[in-house]
Amino acid sequence: MSDLLFTNARLIDPEANTDTLGWLHVRDGIIQSQGSDIPPSTDTIIDCRGKCLAPGIVDIGVKVCEPGERHKESYKSAGAAAAAGGVTTMVTRPDTTPTIDNPETLEFVTRRAQAEAPVNVLPMAALTKGREGSEMTEIGFLMDAGAVAFTDCDHVISNTKVFTRALTYARSCGALVMAHPQEPILSAGAAATSGKFAALRGLPAVSPMAERMGLDRDIALLEMTSARYHADQITTARALPALERAKNNGLDITAGTSIHHLTLNELDVSDYRTFFKVKPPLRSEDDRQAVIEAVRTGLIDIISSMHTPQDEESKRLPFAEAAAGAVAMETLLPAALRLYHSDQLDLPTLFRAMSLNPAKRLGLNSGRLSAGAPADLVLFDPDVPFILDRATLKSKSQNTPFDGQRMQGRVQATYVAGHEIYRRA
Amino acid sequence: MSFAHRHLLGIEHLSPSDITAILDLAETYVDLNRQSTKHADVLSGMTQINMFFENSTRTQASFELAGKRLGADVMNMAMQASSIKKGETLIDTAMTLNAMHPDLLVVRHPHSGAVDLLAQKVNCAVLNAGDGKHEHPTQALLDALTIRRAKGRLHRLNIAICGDVAHSRVARSNLILLGKMENRIRLVGPPTLVPSQFADFGAEIYDDMHEGLKDVDVVMMLRLQKERMDGGFIPSEREYYHRYGLDEAKLSLAKADAIVMHPGPMNRGVEIDGQLADDINRSVIQEQVEMGVAVRMAAMELLARNHRGQHD
Repeated sequence: MSDLLFTNARLIDPEANTDTLGWLHVRDGIIQSQGSDIPPSTDTIIDCRGKCLAPGIVDIGVKVCEPGERHKESYKSAGAAAAAGGVTTMVTRPDTTPTIDNPETLEFVTRRAQAEAPVNVLPMAALTKGREGSEMTEIGFLMDAGAVAFTDCDHVISNTKVFTRALTYARSCGALVMAHPQEPILSAGAAATSGKFAALRGLPAVSPMAERMGLDRDIALLEMTSARYHADQITTARALPALERAKNNGLDITAGTSIHHLTLNELDVSDYRTFFKVKPPLRSEDDRQAVIEAVRTGLIDIISSMHTPQDEESKRLPFAEAAAGAVAMETLLPAALRLYHSDQLDLPTLFRAMSLNPAKRLGLNSGRLSAGAPADLVLFDPDVPFILDRATLKSKSQNTPFDGQRMQGRVQATYVAGHEIYRRA
Repeated sequence: MSFAHRHLLGIEHLSPSDITAILDLAETYVDLNRQSTKHADVLSGMTQINMFFENSTRTQASFELAGKRLGADVMNMAMQASSIKKGETLIDTAMTLNAMHPDLLVVRHPHSGAVDLLAQKVNCAVLNAGDGKHEHPTQALLDALTIRRAKGRLHRLNIAICGDVAHSRVARSNLILLGKMENRIRLVGPPTLVPSQFADFGAEIYDDMHEGLKDVDVVMMLRLQKERMDGGFIPSEREYYHRYGLDEAKLSLAKADAIVMHPGPMNRGVEIDGQLADDINRSVIQEQVEMGVAVRMAAMELLARNHRGQHD
């Protein structure tokens, strides 16, 4: 492969904010040019037949269960799921067993990922040892070993002294810290968002205010430390004004949200369906709409799958006891396309949040269709209808909330550095 | 030579000419201390009490030796094992000692400001041998003397103070003294241990050791004061050594004739490479100890003169 031309493609370019028919020229795995006039002549031509060609998804917050729980998800199965979902870069979480909190463990997972996964894998490491919130990890050594961000995942560091020092130290290393904004005591044990539905079902619930309290605290600490900060999931309307103020005040803050909080609400839990149990819990429809609007305006920067494999045993439990999380890499794009079909978000906006912004936040050159960017691409048909059958998922765990649901739009092929790593049969 | 102070509580109260007066007098004691007979009887008949509310070996020994060489009657009181354990307040302890008519009181205390408080309550001269995270004036003076002898001057030098600045009284006293003598001072270390507020004192702050050591004349390492830390300020000693420990590679960025200092006791392999600490061409660490006795003799003599003046 030296020269590759995608022709007759609907190019979704989040950087230029355009959605136009044209061609894309790739040489040696690098995007050379795009256009709509006469394309250059190349050895290999891929006719996209008018389907969408977009920068591959950069998914921040993927849980691969190595080390520790390979029966739930391995680098091999996660890599296959990513490829089938159009995810060309997985940014993995450290909430494994044991925690990825030292350079030796990080090197192990990097080796495993390189050997097994066809997509780019960038590991995150824990911010505190064992994610226990008491001692910071070796941020400098972990960065040297390849950690792209530091996070205790869904563990909130409640000791503000520890968190402040970790943020301060991280800043001096230039490290990005990803936190889970949540008031930890208020939200302890919660399985649902407080409101009519949780009351009716009698579920332990947390006020959406806990998210705003957590975010307010973190923003105050950012003002103290000037650290680089990313909020993993902002899911409530009440947290948005604080986020906007922090951005206007020039803090180095970005925010993400999960595909589930964008496309599902608390009522989907219905009869205690544990595949809909995620963390934080699904919110009200008003919150969901507010979060969609925040993605549209760019206040929320990033959409992630928050891919969290759980085996049947951890889900086949009373709702309050069931494990939280859902697999989502393969359903990320079809679910996101719901927002496109409902005329709420256009395709460049979706790929700004799924590809461009996460790549930018991590300092990657990918996530765009510009010359010089790696040819990490996803080719998809935005309109084809299908009913999701979770048995067809490539993840080892199949805990998806979309099982049996009607979806519209799916991935046809995925490319990493110009190599086709997935094509739908 | 005038030295118009009753106590030596901190560098903050000294003028550049006070500092020079102490260092000049100390030079004569460096010579004396190298003789086989090391006696100067300027404190003869006077009583010096060393009150250490905090563990110390080298500072206490240095003050004791200084007093003895000057002819004072020296008494050491290990305050940790004494009346303070029985619930006596600091002021009561001071009043009790005051009644015994000492002439010089050398005090170390774990709390910032405690030595100042004590000095207000006694009639004798008080020397601060280190109070909390505040000041350690004789350490800064002995460092200054060491630098002056090695570099031939004590002004317009680039001096890097590296490591655990936050918990260090040595760093504070040095920052004040070297600033008064018009040197350019850099504070180098992780931001958890080098609070940015120190920039307000005119120091330049670096969190990258390589940048911080570039072209400096003096590299002053500080001990990682684990006993003063409340919680973790650094991820691990190995990462600290990798990023902030002084080794040949990092030192090579400083001027070719840069000297290496450390107030001791050293954590070899944590803040400083062991071989480097022993390198007689770069390290002046042993000389610092020698200067310590001379500087303390000079400071005590100057205070004693004023104290005698009061009684005569």
